[in-house]
Formats: sequence, structure tokens, C-alpha cells
Amino acid sequence: MKILVIEDEQGLRDAIKDSLQKEAYLVETADDFNTAYEKLFIYEYDCILLDIMLPNGSGLDILKELKKANKTENVIIISARDSLEDKLTGLALGADDYLTKPFHIAELNARVKAVLRRNKLEGKNIIELGNISFDLEERLLLVEEQLVNLNRKEFDILKYFLFNKNRLVTRTALAEYVWGDHIDQADNFDFIYSQIKNIRKKLADSGAKIEIQAVYGVGYKMVEL
Amino acid sequence: MKLLNQSLVYISIPIFLIISLWAVVFYFSMLYEIHDSIDDGLDNYKLLIIQKSKRDATLLSKTDFDESNYAIRKIDPPTEPISKDLYKDTLMYMLNEQEMEPVRLLTTTFQHNDQYYKLKVISSMVEEDDQIRNLFWASICLYVLLLTSIVVIDKVVLQRLWKPFYSFLEQLKNFRIDQGSTIPKMQTKTQEFVELGKATNTLINRSLGAYHHQKQFIGNAAHELQTPLAIITNKLELLLEENRLNDTDAETIAQVMQTTTRLIQLNKSLLLLSKIENKQFFDNQSLSLNQLLHQVVAELADFRQFKNIALTIDETELVEVTMDPHLAYILVANLIKNAIFHNTENGQVCLMIGGKTLIVKNTSSAGKLDEQKMFKRFYRATSKKKSTGLGLPVIQAICNLYHFSISYSYTNEHSFKITFT
Repeated sequence: MKILVIEDEQGLRDAIKDSLQKEAYLVETADDFNTAYEKLFIYEYDCILLDIMLPNGSGLDILKELKKANKTENVIIISARDSLEDKLTGLALGADDYLTKPFHIAELNARVKAVLRRNKLEGKNIIELGNISFDLEERLLLVEEQLVNLNRKEFDILKYFLFNKNRLVTRTALAEYVWGDHIDQADNFDFIYSQIKNIRKKLADSGAKIEIQAVYGVGYKMVEL
Repeated sequence: MKLLNQSLVYISIPIFLIISLWAVVFYFSMLYEIHDSIDDGLDNYKLLIIQKSKRDATLLSKTDFDESNYAIRKIDPPTEPISKDLYKDTLMYMLNEQEMEPVRLLTTTFQHNDQYYKLKVISSMVEEDDQIRNLFWASICLYVLLLTSIVVIDKVVLQRLWKPFYSFLEQLKNFRIDQGSTIPKMQTKTQEFVELGKATNTLINRSLGAYHHQKQFIGNAAHELQTPLAIITNKLELLLEENRLNDTDAETIAQVMQTTTRLIQLNKSLLLLSKIENKQFFDNQSLSLNQLLHQVVAELADFRQFKNIALTIDETELVEVTMDPHLAYILVANLIKNAIFHNTENGQVCLMIGGKTLIVKNTSSAGKLDEQKMFKRFYRATSKKKSTGLGLPVIQAICNLYHFSISYSYTNEHSFKITFT
């Protein structure tokens, strides 16, 4: 899988690159409009992370060019601009997703995976890991072909972990994922604790070969046993 | 007070004074003229009588006025030289009016055949009280007539003159800086109005400039702050993923990360607030508040059940509001999230909707909030470290934007009431 990261801020570009490389993607970067434009029309990418405000041009113009050239890369816009208008413009120009800065690494991972999966779906939308099978469409978890009952939030949390296998998912990232934006009460982690506790118990009881581990008290990591 | 009425007040007082003064002056000058003319008449009459008495001696024995206007009396030769004519006002009984009426009396002395006579000639005079009364009423009539005509003229003239002003005012009232309204035009040749129009347009253009500048600034501020914040969180997250950290380092990094999270939330809330206050949300559409309420309640159901909070929805009516859907969501979600998060275990939330109002009530461990401060930015009722203190200001800003009223009361439980207009 080849991913192009178009972002002018070096710190962020490096962080994204590091993180994506951990997922074993082939990552290339571009730091301005011209470089990005050049790379896009020479190479093929599976996914493009695109900043809107770029030196020498706008990310939206890149989207327009891609659309004109009928290139069907998956594009995720990463922008500091958080207005509905910007999102709608981006999506109307053919972007697949819109991520507002600042975002959590786990969130970026989940979005990239989701976009990539959507592209190569062949009928089924199932994640298989160890002895579990996770059906995104039917919202089912099967361990050794046995159905495990999960409530809505538990399913969502587990999905988030599966998209971030072996990666750190911070409590804040999880809380934002569960509660959405514009929440003033991110310190309500009790609920997250209890959900994680329940999921852990259900996984252990069903003999699943995956586990959610605590990481330094700031978050969790899902690992295959 | 309308300009027309105000100008009338200003005009009526001086006009009243001028007319009063004029009435006094006019009265005295008229009286003087009358006296003068009567005196001339009396003088002429006197000469006629004296002439006639020289031919007809019977005249000299007419000592009473009776039916005529003169009386002659024989007098002793005066010791002093013959006095001049003496005019004076006096009263005399008038048969027709049956009362004493003012008359002008001329007293003179003449000599005839070495005999001295005193001649008194009278002429009836205007009745001064009648005259004053007439003049008074005439003045009042003039005053009223003047005022009425001024009102009528004012109305017609002012209305015509001020028409461009009022139309300009109407355009100004409808002008919205954020909606790209056309700049108000002053259609007149009146210099003052043209200047007012010019000055207003300069002001509007300057505000428009400032508005666009500020809008841009907000966008830039978001970009400038959000990107460094993204770098900080993402680098910290990557650092924590490394398994090389010892527990103390990890603890420190975790704390830094939590602080950064707060910073991000603060920044987001501040941006949201300034966007609301700059009226940058204006995708207004009619939406069902009941539906939105159920949506938010459903989204928060798991958390509510976790805290074992009982929630009741009391819907008496369907409430439709016209507002930006995103803001409507933030408003309703913030209210309900507050009610759930700041609740006690096994507490209660009661939502009431109907009659253009939404009431959110919740039990809480904290007592009454300080009404003076609760909507101020960065006010925190509890010492909960991680609240940004911007939740209620956001709610209030949205209410202000749409002219909804929000009130708070406390009777064993918090109660927020929003009245939609």
C-alpha cells in the first residue's frame, strides 16, 4: 500500500509518516503544491493525505485536478479548517474523508484503514484476527465461530481497536471517538474504563486470542496473543 | 418622539411668546390710534360748538349733556390765563347699556362777550374690556391656525423631504454584514442626507473590511494553533508507543498529553465561540427540536445507563426552530451532556419540550450555580480540573445569536429553560 502525505508542516508530516510506516505502508511525502502535483501525476497511490493550505496553492485545487484527470485515489483531507462549508466543499470535490487538525494518531489510522478497506471490498466487510472474526456490516463478533454479544458502544470501541492493532489508543482518543466533538467533559473516563472492562471480560470468556492491554495508564493497546 | 412632533414642540413655544408680545404691542398702539382719532374729533366738535354759540346764544345755557354730547357752564373769570384743552377718560351712565361706560371728555374754556364759559365735550369710546377680550380670542385663533398649518405643512414637507432618509434607514436595518447584503443607497439630492449616506457607507465598508479580516484571522488562528497542537499530540502519542520509556517518564508524558488535550479543547471551544459571535453559522433551516432531542438522548443512552440516570422526556407539543443544524445540535447536545455529566449516580434528568420552550432539569451534587457568573467564560462551578469552563458560554452565545432567552433556576435540581422565538 502506497500513501502520499501532502503536508507543509514538517513536524506533523514526520509524525504521520512514522505512524503510517508502523502499519507497514509505503509512505512518501510532499511539502508543497508543486511537489505534490508532480508526484501525483507520476506515481500511483492507494491513499492521499491532503492538507488544504499549502505553499504555492490550495489542496482543493489538487482535488480538482485529480477529478479532472479521472484519478480515483482515496483522499483524506487533513485541515485545520473546521467549518462545515470546507468539509462539504472537500467532499464534493471527491475527497473520501475529512479530518480536522489536531487529530489523534489512532483516529488517523482508523480513517486510513476504513478508506482503504472500502476500496478493496469484495462483497464482505470482515476483519479476521487470530481466532476472531469481526463483521463490520452485520456488527457481529464471532470467536471460534461462536457469537459474542456486544452492545453498540462496545462494538464501536472494539472496531476502533481492531483498526489500531498493536498501536496505542489513548483514552482521550477513545473518548472523542465515542462521544464525538464539542465535548467539554473529556475527563469522564469512568465509562470508558467500564466498557473496556466488559469487553476484556467478554473476550476472555469466549477464549478470544486477542487482548486489550493498558499502556502506561494513558491508554490501551490491542494485541494478538 | 418623532421629528415632526419634536419640531412642533420647539416651534409652538416661541410662536406663543411672539403672538402674546405682538398682541400687547398691537393693543396699545391701536388704543393710542383710537384716542388720537377721538381727540381730533372732539377738538373739531369743540370749535363747531364755540362758533355756533357765537351765533346762537341759547347754546350757552345748555348746562347738561342730556341728549347731546356737550355741556356749557358760565364760570367766573379765571385768575390764571385760560387753560389749554384738557382730555381725559371718564365714566358716564349710558342708557342703552344701562351701566357706566368709558367716555372721552374734553374740557376747555372760552370767552364770549366778556363772559367765560367752560365747555365739556364727550365722545363715547371703545370698551377696553371688550376690546381686550376680542383681541385675546383673535390671538388664540391666530395661534391655533398657525400651529395647525405648521403641522400640516410639516407633515407634507417633512414627509417628502425625509422620505429618502426613512428608506435609507429601512435598508440599514435590513443590512447584515455576514450575508453579503447590498450596501444601502441614499437616493436624494439633499446635501445632508447625501453626506449621511456617504459617511454610513464609509463606515459599512470599514466594518466589512474588519469583518473579513477577522474572519480570515479566525481561519488563520485555527490553522496556526491547530497544526502545532496536532504535532504535539501526535509526537507524544508516538513517543508513548515506544516501549523504551520507564514508568516515571511515561507518567510525565501522559500528564503533558492530558494538558495538551485541554489546550486543544480550549482552542476548539474558543474558535467555536468566536465563530458564533461573528455569526459565521448561517445555514438556517427549519428543524424539529423534538427529533433532535431524541437523537441526542439516544446517542448518550449508554453513558446514561452506566451512571444509572433516569431520563424522562415530557413532550407536550412539537417545536420547530429555524437555526443552523450544526449549532442546534451543539446547543441541545451540550445541555443534555451537561445534565448527564454533572449528575449524581442514580440521578435524574427531566426534559420538557413544548410551547416554544425547552426545559432541562437535572439532579446534581453541586448546589445552586452563581447566576451572575455561570455564563462567563472560564467560570467553573466545581473544581473539576478538566472542564474548559466554556460549555455554558457556548450555549449562551448560540442563544444570543438567535435571540432565544435562557434562564436558570434552582430548586433542589438545576433547571435550564430556553425560550425560542
